[in-house]
Amino acid sequence: MYIYDAYDQKMVDERVAQYRDQTNRYLAGKLDEDEFKQLRLRNGLYIQRLAPMLRIAIPYGILSSVQLRKLAHLARYYDRGYGHFTTRQNIQFNWPKLEEVPDILEELASVQMHAIQTSGNCIRNVTSDQYAGAARDEIADSRPWAELIRQWSTFHPEFNWLPRKFKIAVTGAAQDRAAVQVHDIGVRIVRQESAGKDEKLIFDILAGGGLGRTPVLGPVIKQGLEEQHLLTYLEAILRVYNRYGRRDNLYKARIKILVRAMTPEVFAAEVATEWANLKDGRGTLTKAEIERVKGCFTLPAYESLEDIVVLQRAKDDAGFSAWRKQNIKPHRMPGYSIVNLALKATAVAPGDVTDEQMDLIADLADKYSCSEVRVTHEQNLTLADVRQKDLHDLWQALTAADLASPNLGLLTDMICCPGGDYCSLANAKSIPVAEAIQRQFDDLNLLHDLGELSINISGCMNACGHHHVGNIGILGVDKKGAEYYQVSIGGSGREDAALAQILGPSFAQNDIPRIIQTLVAVYLERREAGERFIDTFRRIGIEPYKTAVYA
Amino acid sequence: MLLSNDGEIIKSEFYVVNEDDALPGRGQEAQSVSKRIVSFKTLLNATEVSATAVWLDVDDKVEAAAPYLPRLEVIALNFPTFNDGRGYSSANILRSRYAFAGEIRAIGDVRVDQLEQMLRCGFDTFELADGQVIELAIRLLKGFPFSYQKTSDRMPLFHQRSAD
Repeated sequence: MYIYDAYDQKMVDERVAQYRDQTNRYLAGKLDEDEFKQLRLRNGLYIQRLAPMLRIAIPYGILSSVQLRKLAHLARYYDRGYGHFTTRQNIQFNWPKLEEVPDILEELASVQMHAIQTSGNCIRNVTSDQYAGAARDEIADSRPWAELIRQWSTFHPEFNWLPRKFKIAVTGAAQDRAAVQVHDIGVRIVRQESAGKDEKLIFDILAGGGLGRTPVLGPVIKQGLEEQHLLTYLEAILRVYNRYGRRDNLYKARIKILVRAMTPEVFAAEVATEWANLKDGRGTLTKAEIERVKGCFTLPAYESLEDIVVLQRAKDDAGFSAWRKQNIKPHRMPGYSIVNLALKATAVAPGDVTDEQMDLIADLADKYSCSEVRVTHEQNLTLADVRQKDLHDLWQALTAADLASPNLGLLTDMICCPGGDYCSLANAKSIPVAEAIQRQFDDLNLLHDLGELSINISGCMNACGHHHVGNIGILGVDKKGAEYYQVSIGGSGREDAALAQILGPSFAQNDIPRIIQTLVAVYLERREAGERFIDTFRRIGIEPYKTAVYA
Repeated sequence: MLLSNDGEIIKSEFYVVNEDDALPGRGQEAQSVSKRIVSFKTLLNATEVSATAVWLDVDDKVEAAAPYLPRLEVIALNFPTFNDGRGYSSANILRSRYAFAGEIRAIGDVRVDQLEQMLRCGFDTFELADGQVIELAIRLLKGFPFSYQKTSDRMPLFHQRSAD
């Protein structure tokens, strides 16, 4: 993973000192409420319904075991013993004290972490593929590029006061696990080109995707961008957005509205004009810098192993088999696997992890996976480099800690925002809805039979639960003061991205498990061999589902 | 009070005058037409043919000022509120695209915690908002010791790294 040099360390240390000074001035009444709000947001601190909430950046989802232990420590000493992993590969603590936040940030800086630009109208934590570097379907490792973007966007003096928040995602694999089409900017590594001994990556750039109130899939605005131009091109996009993005209406301020209003063609032309002034300038990436950052992401010292088809010791173990079938993904190296920990045990808020679990996962990462943990945008954790011969031991350790739910990618592996239980923006609760669905679908055989099926739940239009791209999306709405839920169907956040279609009038909370049951029944009745839930929907359309639900 | 990018409190010959369409506050008595900082609109209307200083609001397109740049000594960029970031792009464009070498001044809701960002984007002088403390402004002005990205006054950190 990326290791800070003296410059990076100096940068986060100075940021902590700066924020401590700002907090002291605020507490002394020397910094007004409005201004301090903007400054604290840019250091991750929200004031929520019940208490402040601190969002800590996990750049492109990668944590060392040392960092994870630090998070466990923070959960224990500054919070109530747990943290919440988010759909943007960050972690949130729900109960820190405003006065203690500088101390928390100082602790984070001691393990090369920070909360810089995790909220506010600026460039947020860059996200990427949780399997980067290990996936079998990879064109090139996305992590060095995500890190280069992280550095470029950190304290960018021109882009700290944008019309609205700005999210960038990077993918380097055939399968899009970073949901680049629903980001303000999506960076897609499309191929490697070589001219002589000079090798170069080529990118496609998408802009203007997003969820929220107006969901849009981002169009490609630049094809075939050579790697050295990545940062100057991003700079051009941000400049056009900073100048022309709407600032008069909070709900129309994201770049997607600008791209749509200008049309993608005109927007791309505007960016091209701006880029002409920046291209080949001093912001152009140098070979030395690309190599330096790539050098931080060298592959682990893999042993020479063979793939294991049947684990002798475990072949009669049904629980292990189910977990192995569902939660393990193919690794690029023979004899290795990618292991997913689904943080979706019933009756636990999706993405929540206790301090003890964090410590345990850190220990397991040390023992089994090169001391590294990845956070996924589905709010799960990944151990990316596990020897197949260790799988059974790892599974047993996870089972003992309630971290071995064999439901990765299945109906009960829901994406869910904190909702009305925690968030002051929410129209409705989301965690109890997730729990009711998990209770309804507690038959593992049925879940495996249903196969890949994503349910995404958001407590309001801000769409933190990404309900627009769930195969089934659930959105909390306010109906004359009561909490209701609008259900949609047919979304996908992957390379076949699609926005879900609204089924019809919304439902009361109690009805939701029954509605999901009905949608699933239509699938089971109508599916053809080999079809996933989404495939059947795409073939038969929304009507049969509507008819069944509103009959 | 005007602060320079060296952290000095300075006096300027140029100042914004209250006109019908001018900035709220900050006006002083006009002494000489050539030393007034006029609004962009009056410049475009050619009613101020001799003006050598202009102020731009956030929705004034800085490109439209290009023909006048050779004779302008001061361009003031207004921040209507501290969280409207358009002025930063305007300053960068003036410096990098047009190589404007005159004074770029920040006016309006200019807060001490943002001076560093303004400095990095090519501002030379800062007319602080009411209530801002000058000693604090001087302390905070220089900001972080280096920048990851190319800024108006610095090479990106990666150049420094490869020189180490």
